[in-house]
Amino acid sequence: MAAAESPKTDLSPTTRHPSRFDSLLRALMVAPLAVALVGSCQSTPAGKAAIDSPDPVHSGPVHLPPPQLGLPPDPVHGQKEEVKGFAVPKPPLSADFWPCSQCHDPDDKVNRTRRELKDEHTNIHLHHDEANRWCLDCHDATNRDFLHLASGVTITFDESYRLCGQCHGTQYRDWKSGIHGKRTGMWNGDKQYLLCVHCHNPHSPHFKPLKPLTPPARPETIR
Amino acid sequence: MLTSKPETEPCCEPSGGCSHAKSTETLVSPETLSLNRRNFMKHSAIVAGAAAAAACSSEDLEKFTQRRLRELSQPELKALLIRLEADYKKKFGKDVDVRATPAAEGVKFGYALDLSRCIGCRRCVHACVGENNQSRPNPEGKHNNPIQWIKVLEMEKEKGIDLSDANPYYNPEEVPREGHFYMPVQCQQCENPPCVKVCPVQATWKEPDGIVVIDYEWCIGCRYCMVACPYGARRFNWAEPHLPVDQLNTNTHVLGNRPRPRGVVEKCTFCIQRTRAGRYPACVEICPVGARKFGNMLDPKSEIRAVLESKRVFILKEDLNTQPKFFYFFGI
Repeated sequence: MAAAESPKTDLSPTTRHPSRFDSLLRALMVAPLAVALVGSCQSTPAGKAAIDSPDPVHSGPVHLPPPQLGLPPDPVHGQKEEVKGFAVPKPPLSADFWPCSQCHDPDDKVNRTRRELKDEHTNIHLHHDEANRWCLDCHDATNRDFLHLASGVTITFDESYRLCGQCHGTQYRDWKSGIHGKRTGMWNGDKQYLLCVHCHNPHSPHFKPLKPLTPPARPETIR
Repeated sequence: MLTSKPETEPCCEPSGGCSHAKSTETLVSPETLSLNRRNFMKHSAIVAGAAAAAACSSEDLEKFTQRRLRELSQPELKALLIRLEADYKKKFGKDVDVRATPAAEGVKFGYALDLSRCIGCRRCVHACVGENNQSRPNPEGKHNNPIQWIKVLEMEKEKGIDLSDANPYYNPEEVPREGHFYMPVQCQQCENPPCVKVCPVQATWKEPDGIVVIDYEWCIGCRYCMVACPYGARRFNWAEPHLPVDQLNTNTHVLGNRPRPRGVVEKCTFCIQRTRAGRYPACVEICPVGARKFGNMLDPKSEIRAVLESKRVFILKEDLNTQPKFFYFFGI
């Protein structure tokens, strides 16, 4: 009887000897973890050695320019409310040319004839609806330190977006709501706007191509 | 198996009256010397455990017994942050600020990308790497596992958005290339994230402000989430991350850009260390064409709401019902 019983019970050991498999399982679970623990304790020197070599590709964390405050109100378009609190930096005017009045004397006689400039400003090539526009459509002839709108209202260079907005109404609308252009700073607080002219050269506004940064690593190079 | 005598048999018990009981008292008895599998495993486990305990400090034991981040009380979380900062100080020789800023009330982050503006210059990719402490290229080193969270796909205008025919490895002299457009893809921060569903250890979850995060202490590296993600947005640290000290960003978040160990998955967190502090993500701020828009979708005055309300946005792989909070649109 006993001989007949023992093979039966041994075939289903879990029912008869739960402790054997318990301890086996426990041992199997603990042993690799313990090995991993020992491994992790010793792995730090290798990690330290790996971080010593420099990496030429990385461009570094993003550094923001300090925000500048003060956007002039726009009485014509009543946009005072819409852009209140947003900072606009100064337009990127070169000190070599600005202020314009250092050369353009207000008392000088102005030649208002549309023509190609041969003596001065030869580096400016107008690629901005050049068939229909020329300098004095935007620059004010009587006071060169100002621009003027189509209505004749003079504006400062800080407000040049109003001038651009006369033709590019959808972009002007989107810029005011933050869709066109770039905002930096705080998503829930002080923001810094860029003027149109920070990204678009007003004389040649098409965005210039850039060299792309390095492409991602192909999977086969990973090891 | 059949011949060996189980321990539980009455004749082997010391209290039993049989002759075996006496022999167990001496150390040289054949019973104790018999090296069956159970005894071997038992003893080796004890030895290994003892060796591990002897080799490791209490800090290591603390790491080993670290509970999941979401279960920690405030003091425990604080202790973890202090431990992490000490670890990084030891590893990098630099003070690393590890924060655990929680999600703000009434905030649900949304992101929009203007495909008609993007020129594929990859400034965002590299700003992201610099900000978020990803593993850097290391071609000469033992391990080379560079990680980028953003992948910019180049596609042909004629074919439209065709993900199967997209090229992420384009490298011309100048972008944009004639007849091509560019589509950056990163974590879409789904409202119904498949990656969260498949995680067997619940090491990844969606925060109240909508950011899908990973507990690097608890991730077991099974990479189920990478398989589940329809956007290929998750990356795995196959090797010890290569992060040179001079490129380390010391402003970190425990769920975001703190340096990761080997063997865990990582992904875009909308720059959680910046956005939870009110700042824009790094990719938004670096974009030279202003194609990237970010904000609180619950704030009617935010620019993300302006995009959603006035532009025809679309989401990637809408049919999968992942409900991304990353929107694409054509601004022109």
